Amino acid sequence: MSDRDALVDAIAGFSLFADLTDPQLERVAHTFEELVYPAGERVLRQGMAGSGFHVILEGTAAVVVDGTERARLARGDFFGEVSILLGESPIADIVAVETLRCLVLSGPAVEGFLTDHPRIMYRMLQVQARRLRAANRWRS
Amino acid sequence: MAELTRPFPPGEYPVIIVGSGPGALQASYSLRRLGIAHAVLSADPSPGGMFRRWPHFQRLLSWTKPHAPVPRTSRTYERYDWNSLLADEPEATALQPDLMDGTSYFPSRPEMEANLASFAERAAIEVRYDCTWTGTARTDDAETTAGSRFTLETSDGTYRCRVLVIAVGVAEPFTPPGPGMEHTHHYAQVRDAETYAGRRVLILGKQNSGFELANGLLPWACQLILMSPSHAKLSVDTRTLVGVRARYVQPFEDHVLGGGVAILDAAMDRIERSPDGALLAHLKRTDGGGDLDLDVDDVISATGFVCPLVDLPNLGVATFGASRLPVQTPWWESTVPGIRFAGTIGQGAKGLQRHGVPSNSGAVHGARYNARVLAGDIAAREFGIVADRPAVPPDSVVDTIVADLSGSPDLFHQRGYLARVIAKDPAGGFVDEGIQPLAHALDAGGADAIAVTLEADGSGAIYPVLYARIRGVATDHTLDPDPFLRYDTPDTRRAVESVVAKLG
Repeated sequence: MSDRDALVDAIAGFSLFADLTDPQLERVAHTFEELVYPAGERVLRQGMAGSGFHVILEGTAAVVVDGTERARLARGDFFGEVSILLGESPIADIVAVETLRCLVLSGPAVEGFLTDHPRIMYRMLQVQARRLRAANRWRS
Repeated sequence: MAELTRPFPPGEYPVIIVGSGPGALQASYSLRRLGIAHAVLSADPSPGGMFRRWPHFQRLLSWTKPHAPVPRTSRTYERYDWNSLLADEPEATALQPDLMDGTSYFPSRPEMEANLASFAERAAIEVRYDCTWTGTARTDDAETTAGSRFTLETSDGTYRCRVLVIAVGVAEPFTPPGPGMEHTHHYAQVRDAETYAGRRVLILGKQNSGFELANGLLPWACQLILMSPSHAKLSVDTRTLVGVRARYVQPFEDHVLGGGVAILDAAMDRIERSPDGALLAHLKRTDGGGDLDLDVDDVISATGFVCPLVDLPNLGVATFGASRLPVQTPWWESTVPGIRFAGTIGQGAKGLQRHGVPSNSGAVHGARYNARVLAGDIAAREFGIVADRPAVPPDSVVDTIVADLSGSPDLFHQRGYLARVIAKDPAGGFVDEGIQPLAHALDAGGADAIAVTLEADGSGAIYPVLYARIRGVATDHTLDPDPFLRYDTPDTRRAVESVVAKLG
């Protein structure tokens, strides 16, 4: 099995890509860039625009706002999309807690990718809806 | 007798560089300038690295402009010459343009090889050639007195070193496994172009190597098909080095104007040999189209190369991606402290990649600056030889920044990766902390500072960005782009002054 096949198998299990056929998964694996961040490296920087959309393949990342850790992200989670969709700077640092392996799509490529893959856009909306619901529960 | 004249016999050295391509030559030159003793070992018989063989069609993608608007003797000329290595001595500087015959501003492969050989000779870079690295181990402290951490086995014997700099390129041909892939031949095994005359050729891969082959085979093959699972990207669209370079776009134009070249978004399912000796390729479209069966005479894998890291992964050197690049810190250090990378492997250190724009570390014109910064970091962190941090009088800070923005080749070629860092001196005034990876400058903390870069966002503009690091928190300040890259204007000065003022 090639590295690429292993990658396709890995992302096939992610809810974000759950509706894709094998050839479509292969296209996704080719379209995204695989990046690895050593432990401690900052992946996104609060207040600094121009970062990419990341899907975690392996490892853990911390969401840090103004120096305080607010959450942890792990395999299958994604981040970076909010600032890209809104055209604003990230509102948190994302820091690799341990070696963090991600699939990354550059910000300018995200809109075209999502409109080409409406099922992924729908799955992303579901995740955002859950996050919004969780935030509202927390407030009420 | 020849053995007596070969440098670097087996033994113990503070630093060992493996390789003799541009990355190794530049790293050796840069370490020597800092007084760091080292050995250079190479499996090749002569300098040049990949340029001893490739590109297959014998002309580079990276230009050198023999006639530029600045003198060849100036540092700014490096902006126009992407292929010469860097030296302080005039006799070893800007060597490429004098070795070109004037027919193209892209040097031919032999011209590039001559450029690198000439640099090795004029800069007196010593290399132990025909010495093949075969294995690596961590050194038991008890075996050594000089702080060595690594033992290298080679075809000439055993070496030990404290720091290992790997500069062997991304040079090992890679063909992904799959049913029938044994019927393909790799880019590295492509025959003379005329042997493809009248043949139907399927090329796997739509990056530069695939398009280079298609371009070279246009006058010969009777049918050309390029395929890979994702869209072909063109550098003129991405406005970066990402994508197929303009030199190789002709097959794309042939395709869109109906000339007969086919460019498919598809994944290979399997390849079979048919009874008549032709090849039958079964493709699965990734663009929603139906599956395809293609009869062809040749299938060429332009599926790239991987890093020949020998057994380094067994030592804990983590790798990633299709090219199996090593995971690296911004200073090109692997996940095993003491193992560093120079040359094109340095592209594994990604930096910020703001707006999706990568560094130029994969190319000579980026890696040559990385090597200099790498040497400085090795000298400082491993051997305690710290470069001078010259004082910058407060009334010269803006001048220093403006001079970098308008003339520095480092910042120009390593856009968004390397930065000039000017920090406040706790004793008063400012100090020039030199050229550093931007990611380090932003995250390392320390005295309040300004990091200066040139950057691009894929729009075609190249513009200055100033990062003010104040009490450990960095903010970015993007200046307006100028189509002629004139960043010594009154407007630029005013913008720089306003950011410098934030440091108080």
